[in-house]
Amino acid sequence: MNTFKSVFENYDWNTIQNKIYLTTEKEVKNSLVKTKKSLDDFLIFISPAAKPFLEEMAQTSHLLTKKRFGKIIQMYAPMYLSNECQNICTYCGFSLDNKIRRKTLTEEEIFIEITELKKAGFDTILLVTGEASHKVNIDYFLKAVTQIKEHFSSILVEVQPLSTEEYQQLHSTGVHSVMIYQETYHREVYKEYHPKGKKSNFDFRLETPDRIGEAGIHKIGLGVLLGLEDWRTDSFFNALHIDYLQKKYWKSNYSVSFPRLRPAEGIIEPNFIMEDSDLLQLICAYRLWNEDLEISISTRENEKFRDNIIPLGVTSMSAGSKTNPGGYIVDVESLEQFETSDERSAQTIAKIISEKGYQPIWKNWDKSYTI
Amino acid sequence: MSIFKIANTIFSSRLFLGTGKFGSNQQMEEAILASGSELVTVALKRIDLETETDELLSHINHPHINLLPNTSGARNAKEAVFAAQLAREALETNWLKLEIHPDPRYLLPDPIETLKATEELAKLGFIILPYIHADPILCKRLEDVGTAAVMPLGSPIGSNKGLKTEDFLEIIIEQSNVPVIVDAGIGAPSHAARAMEMGADAVLVNTAIAVAGNPQLMAEAFKEAVIAGRKAYEAQLAQTANKAIASSPLTSFLNH
Repeated sequence: MNTFKSVFENYDWNTIQNKIYLTTEKEVKNSLVKTKKSLDDFLIFISPAAKPFLEEMAQTSHLLTKKRFGKIIQMYAPMYLSNECQNICTYCGFSLDNKIRRKTLTEEEIFIEITELKKAGFDTILLVTGEASHKVNIDYFLKAVTQIKEHFSSILVEVQPLSTEEYQQLHSTGVHSVMIYQETYHREVYKEYHPKGKKSNFDFRLETPDRIGEAGIHKIGLGVLLGLEDWRTDSFFNALHIDYLQKKYWKSNYSVSFPRLRPAEGIIEPNFIMEDSDLLQLICAYRLWNEDLEISISTRENEKFRDNIIPLGVTSMSAGSKTNPGGYIVDVESLEQFETSDERSAQTIAKIISEKGYQPIWKNWDKSYTI
Repeated sequence: MSIFKIANTIFSSRLFLGTGKFGSNQQMEEAILASGSELVTVALKRIDLETETDELLSHINHPHINLLPNTSGARNAKEAVFAAQLAREALETNWLKLEIHPDPRYLLPDPIETLKATEELAKLGFIILPYIHADPILCKRLEDVGTAAVMPLGSPIGSNKGLKTEDFLEIIIEQSNVPVIVDAGIGAPSHAARAMEMGADAVLVNTAIAVAGNPQLMAEAFKEAVIAGRKAYEAQLAQTANKAIASSPLTSFLNH
């Protein structure tokens, strides 16, 4: 099968990086006035030269998002099913070398956790795990999804890369979206951060969204872990990946997330710091380039940033999140993936969204479409 | 103005509204009431079919407002037919706005799947209003299989670009035996007025009202534009002439 790898191999990290950093003010001005914007314009919008145009970009991003998505924000909550993991990822709390007790939720425990999330108002749930295929595998996922779909209209999963057939099984069991983050598109840097485990295979991960697309999943979510490498260059490759997928698997929706490295048990400091203004620039760049891309903001971000980003391009937000299995009720002290930054409840966030003139949306999918 | 009927229901307003994209349900309700609309469409995916206390629905629960569930989110006929049946049971209406757009980018309707689903749903007794491209042949094919109306687009959904398909809409209006409702792309009251002047039976508007600075006032503006456009159509617009009549007539020889 022809995959993104064949496209990716035509690009060189350093060439792209130079292009971004050598962008001129004149190029930014030219791109801003174009009616149809291409990936080349995206590259220009994420350049340092575009920074002085951030206000103009934010104004446009606001208008485009309002036109395409309306004044709404989709609410979702993550539920960590397991923190068992066979990978060593030097930035992640779940890393194998982190010698802390591990937990995988049982059916009874899942029930307790989802009851709590339903009580908070959620109808869209993101299931997250590490990679421990001997135990937390497709059979476990199918069982969990079958149980959970009785209670939620929309199920998103963020688990280890699977095969096309396994994604097809998830699709027909009722999974709406699959998230998979390349972490970094820098091959050598990727190796340094993922020295051991299945995840150390860069290419297998790179080709995962192709398998998700082949399986007909409704929405595919991509992202890079911001802090591992130069965010600008990594984000260009992420956009290149989305561009490729959107043309090939044209029936799927696409979303982008922005995991910025956060403190976690036993992890390294980020090599590259991304400021709030950088993240805003990136969000606006995505919106200016791609009007229909869904943009998600998690509780990794701080309260001030989250409150103010609502009208500027995002389309979905998590709230009151716990990043450990059983974190809502069952085992609040279990090992978490990272510390959240915004700990306010879902109802508080919903109220803030309303105060900004936006409508928090809990249900935006019907399971009758996932048949 | 002449009466306007779809299936056996008479409408005094020729403006239909969508319910998506509003900043709050309160705002949506105020806009719907200000528009005078009697038919509003609601995405099935947005409402809770399992409980009887859906918040969105409670805001459109007025005696003069008819509910038109839509299948936005369906990618093929099979999904749309399945969702339509659930909706009929839960909402107790056999009216359906059939939307099948497998392309999530421009939300353009799939003509093949739409025709298939219309045929199937008509046999199941639904009153179907399919969202389609401004394709005159497709409109006739839909009539053949029992559609209650056709809803051709003016331009892509949410684009506010107006009647980019005007030439094809004219053909559709000229040929149609069922009501023609121009849907999608109507971004300003002037676009709505133009569609009505051309002889469209009604228009459906959502984005232009929902994301306006003042949705309620914009809804009123659309209401007036639709009435003005319809009146102009019924009053028979004077034809525009591109050139003055030549001073040396070509047919003067007939008089000699």
